Amino acid sequence: MLVAIVFMLLVVGSIAFHLWSPSLGWWFLPRASHWDQIDLTLDITFWVTGFVFVAVNLFMAYAVVKYRNRGEDSKPAKYEPENPKLELWLTVFTAIGVAAMLAPGLYVWNEFVHVPDEAWEMEVLGEQWRWTYRLPGKDNKLGTSDASLISISNPLGINPKDPFGQDDLIIDTGIVHIPIDKPVKLNLRSKDVLHDFAVAEFRVKMDLVPGLVSYLWFTPTKTGTYDVLCEELCGLAHFTMRGKVVVDTLEDFNAWQSEQMTFAETQAIPAADPELGEGLYAVCSGCHGQSGEGNVALNSPKLTGMSSWYLEQQLHNFKKGIRGSHPDDIYGQQMVAIAGMLVDDSAIRDVSAYITTFPSTPSDSIVIGNVERGEKLWTTCGTCHGMEGQGNYATHSPKLSGQEDWYVRRQLEHFKKGIRGAHDDDRFGHQMMSMARMLRSEKDMKDILAFMNKLPTQMPGEQLALAQREGVEE
Amino acid sequence: MEAISILAFIFTAVAISYWWLWRQRIFDKPWVEEGTEADDRETIGGGLATANTALFAFLAVVTSLFALFISAYFTRMELNDWSPLTEPSSLWFNTGILMLASVSVHWCTRTINKTTYKAMLLATGVFTFGFIWGQYAAWQQLWAAGYYLNTNPANSFFFLFTALHALHLFGGLWVWTRATFRVFTEVDVEKAKMSVELCRTYWHFLLIVWLVLFALLLST
Amino acid sequence: MAYVAYTDREHDFAHPHSWVTKYVWSQDHKVIAIQYGLTAIAVGVVALVLSAFMRLQLGFPDTFSIITPSEYYQYVTMHGMIMVVYLLTALFLGGFGNYLIPLMIGARDMVFPFMNMLSFWFYLLSVVILMASFFVPGGPTGAGWTLYPPQAILFGTPGADWGILLMLISLGVFIIAFTMGGLNYVTTVLQARTRGLTLMRLPLSIWGILTATVLGLLAFPALLVSAIMMTLDNLIGTSFFMPALVSMGELQEHQGGSPVLFQHLFWFFGHPEVYIVALPAFGIVSDLLSVHARKNIFGYRMMVWAIVIIGGLSFIVWAHHMYVSGMNPYFGFFFATTTLIIAVPTAIKVYNWVLTLWQGNIHLRVPMLFSIGFIFTFIHGGLTGLFLGNVVIDLPLSDTYFVVAHFHMVMGVSPVLVIYGALYHWFPKITGKMYNATLGKFHFWLTFLGCYAIYLPMHYLGFLGVPRRYYAYEGIDFIPNSALMLNTQISTAALFVAVVQLLFFINVIWSLMYGRKSDPNPWGATTLEWQTPENPPAHGNWGKELPGVYRWAYDYSVPGAEKDFIPQNTPPRPGEKIEF
Repeated sequence: MLVAIVFMLLVVGSIAFHLWSPSLGWWFLPRASHWDQIDLTLDITFWVTGFVFVAVNLFMAYAVVKYRNRGEDSKPAKYEPENPKLELWLTVFTAIGVAAMLAPGLYVWNEFVHVPDEAWEMEVLGEQWRWTYRLPGKDNKLGTSDASLISISNPLGINPKDPFGQDDLIIDTGIVHIPIDKPVKLNLRSKDVLHDFAVAEFRVKMDLVPGLVSYLWFTPTKTGTYDVLCEELCGLAHFTMRGKVVVDTLEDFNAWQSEQMTFAETQAIPAADPELGEGLYAVCSGCHGQSGEGNVALNSPKLTGMSSWYLEQQLHNFKKGIRGSHPDDIYGQQMVAIAGMLVDDSAIRDVSAYITTFPSTPSDSIVIGNVERGEKLWTTCGTCHGMEGQGNYATHSPKLSGQEDWYVRRQLEHFKKGIRGAHDDDRFGHQMMSMARMLRSEKDMKDILAFMNKLPTQMPGEQLALAQREGVEE
Repeated sequence: MEAISILAFIFTAVAISYWWLWRQRIFDKPWVEEGTEADDRETIGGGLATANTALFAFLAVVTSLFALFISAYFTRMELNDWSPLTEPSSLWFNTGILMLASVSVHWCTRTINKTTYKAMLLATGVFTFGFIWGQYAAWQQLWAAGYYLNTNPANSFFFLFTALHALHLFGGLWVWTRATFRVFTEVDVEKAKMSVELCRTYWHFLLIVWLVLFALLLST
Repeated sequence: MAYVAYTDREHDFAHPHSWVTKYVWSQDHKVIAIQYGLTAIAVGVVALVLSAFMRLQLGFPDTFSIITPSEYYQYVTMHGMIMVVYLLTALFLGGFGNYLIPLMIGARDMVFPFMNMLSFWFYLLSVVILMASFFVPGGPTGAGWTLYPPQAILFGTPGADWGILLMLISLGVFIIAFTMGGLNYVTTVLQARTRGLTLMRLPLSIWGILTATVLGLLAFPALLVSAIMMTLDNLIGTSFFMPALVSMGELQEHQGGSPVLFQHLFWFFGHPEVYIVALPAFGIVSDLLSVHARKNIFGYRMMVWAIVIIGGLSFIVWAHHMYVSGMNPYFGFFFATTTLIIAVPTAIKVYNWVLTLWQGNIHLRVPMLFSIGFIFTFIHGGLTGLFLGNVVIDLPLSDTYFVVAHFHMVMGVSPVLVIYGALYHWFPKITGKMYNATLGKFHFWLTFLGCYAIYLPMHYLGFLGVPRRYYAYEGIDFIPNSALMLNTQISTAALFVAVVQLLFFINVIWSLMYGRKSDPNPWGATTLEWQTPENPPAHGNWGKELPGVYRWAYDYSVPGAEKDFIPQNTPPRPGEKIEF
């Protein structure tokens, strides 16, 4: 008896939960693409399966009540091996239900498979753990690309000899804009492992597979900013592989597009000049020291040993207020003011290049912790920053070996509290915010810094070789 | 297209199962039949019939394994970095030897002459070891020419196929060794003869597998 | 009678004398079944604990998060692989298959007892290798239970050096173990059935186990093939699955391989694997329902056909796991169609279970509660499968929590409910003792309701678009606080359910020590395992003579019979009508 009542309650409860969930936000997000047919197919499936769920379970509950054993005076069960007619009817009935769901499903899938001719094409490139985009530029055609051409200055591996590639727009901020009401085909490509491009509001998603180009298409129907998530497990930092897509009106889109750099422009950036940087460094030296050795008393970290790309990125972020503008970040605010004195990107490049000419300096180890435990925690950090803490441009992770522990500690605390990394445009900072949360306690913090202090400060050979090839360091 | 060999295998396996079930009268209504007459099996749980059933089930497993590898081979072949391998001509010779092994084990089970039996049993082993040695020699030839397991996917598959096939032969040779030992020491000869019966099926099967693989390698 | 009952020959049946040959190196199928069962349950408890850590991380990210992202992905992977392969497959086939097959078909043992024993020891070895990966540098693999390359063998995924290797080796050993066991099960069912036991007189448990074993024998090679090729890619540098790629800024030496090929091979195994778990559950639950409803299973023939048809179809639906994998999208049409077709025989099974209850005489004992609970969760999980199988609906739902909720409902909760039902049902046979019914009922209610509280809301996270396999969710704008709250609620329910499982272990231990002695056939069941001369059955099962079978397995409440069941080995009554 109890079983039957509970089952009826579960059926009613499930329906109630279903009806109630949208008001609590446990439901599909409002659609922002033209795929209303997907939602329709879903509705049909809901009706068919919902009916079966209610009917079969209530029938079962009723059967349990009606035919439960009531002791001695219970009626014996009926001996009925089968009922071919009934079974046939149930089969036919089920087949109709299945067909009612399948037919629209296949119809809409056919729409999805066939991209309309008027769709414009763009490229989404996934890599551990971020999104990069390429728009076709004025000629409306994407240039060819190859994994073997990928380098720091050509992160998408675009073929420099292909004329179609020259005017392609490279979007390396993780935020891409697309115009409303124009069907778009996304060509999906991966640099390293499987990823999956998913925007809940667009309803469609597809994996990115290294070695081939997959695709999806849709027509955006609502302006706004939407989260792009990677939805195929792609390694340790999978959950931090986020991005944004902004659906713009055509005017806004054109305005945004005109600000982006073409592939040809990215290739034409002049080399940095450390001699010019020396002059610019004067303002830095007051706090960071004549040769970048840092000053604990002034809360200025040492700068030696850092890669130029990282220095450039941070100076850029300070200048734009992406880093250091949080009210609780006192020293960051100072840097925002100082970085503002560097007039443009080329000044930033020059001063960064100058800083990398400093000989490396030792750093003091202050923190005492359990090194072995720290090593276990380090497996997570080392994935991006390198197991030896050597840093890695590919994941935009700075070198940590030889860093000063007091400084790293403050940064980790800032990441944890959202003082650093919370800015919308700071995508690598966002990733560190998620990662730093794994350090729960004072002990975790001390242990991992204690391990970091033990890392060799020399740069391993292969990383150096890569750096030399790219001509960015030393 | 690529999935064709595995789908062919699955359809065959399912078709055979269904056909067999059909013959087991799975359309009868069991509740109206009483008594024991409905059973026409000769033995229950033992003897050659049981061993044969197990062997055939095992062969189905091995067929599945090779069919899947062949499917993978077809798929991988379609991709653009494939460069076909020139198979060493000694494979023809090896094939001949494996056929002789198959013939001798077959002969073995058909003779009533004790000496012929022993001679053919020994010949089976000798030919089989000869085949495996020949395959190894073919590997060496390829290595000498600079083709290694990881040189090209075509090479990878060649080494993989030949190695797996040889591994299965080694499994057979283990059974053969036991049986031969029993025949020559005249201990448990009945059991040994049953093993040889099973060996016959197994050797024929592995010959067919090799012919399929060889034809595949030659034709691509 | 022209039969030679081969296994009756005494010399094939040397009875063990020492403790070691009786309980450790035993060749008795019942002992091997218990060894398999205990190992599977032990490793399952490990996987359950791992899931508790995961749920703590997801539900209480600010207070109870005690694992790092590396550990999270490692636990996700190990939880999945252990539950699917090392618990469910091993328990249903190695455990129940071993115990039930010889008893239900009236045989003295498996036809190859030695190989049967080897099967268990290989299984144990595979478990040891798997567990060893927790203790190697870098820990177990964190590539997800699907082990997709390239990431599975590249730096950037936890355990990409030792963990993945041990996982692949362990799977290889498991496949060897399974093949040895599986050949035994199939051959035993086909060859060692006692006199009069035609296929159509087999209980559905045996049909389910037999079909699942055949699926396993044909499907596990696909896993072996992919494991071998991935190992070579990893160690030797071949390029079966590895395309040219730049990992962490470094160009790899691989060229031209196809990650999608791996997925095809994996799911060619992976989908039948679902039915390797489901079909034995289908079979066993059919028998449980019939016994405790005192009614023949409704539509026995249809049930057999459905099992066989599902088994066949399960080989041609695999790519429905890959709709958004980047494979040729035209495959979607074929696989969506086959997938939805498979719903028809499955639905028929559900109808027939429910119709078995109809006009029955239902005893709501503990195994029956679990069986009815199974029908409920299986209907739920089966229906959500229609969403995912219907290719376009998979576009929004794939890789979200909807998928997690669906497969946990259909192949987590449902088979586990059957396992519990079966363990309670056969407990008196295996141990000779009765379990504590009150404790059993508590166990059922808390588990069943708890699981529903976990998985029903989880579907709705999926509708919202919350992705699976995320260590943390902060910073995703579209996920409202209410969804994070729901996650907390789900975690609470999950931890509750995990703890509640202690009731089962307490019940088993208590009953073994203090439980009252059970009747040989406490439920009044017709099938042969309840008709053994000793309870629990002794080595050799049947005393001097094998039982003969005279009727099908479901003669319950036959009009005019003395009792409400007629065991299969009861000869026809004088004058009883025999029709053909």
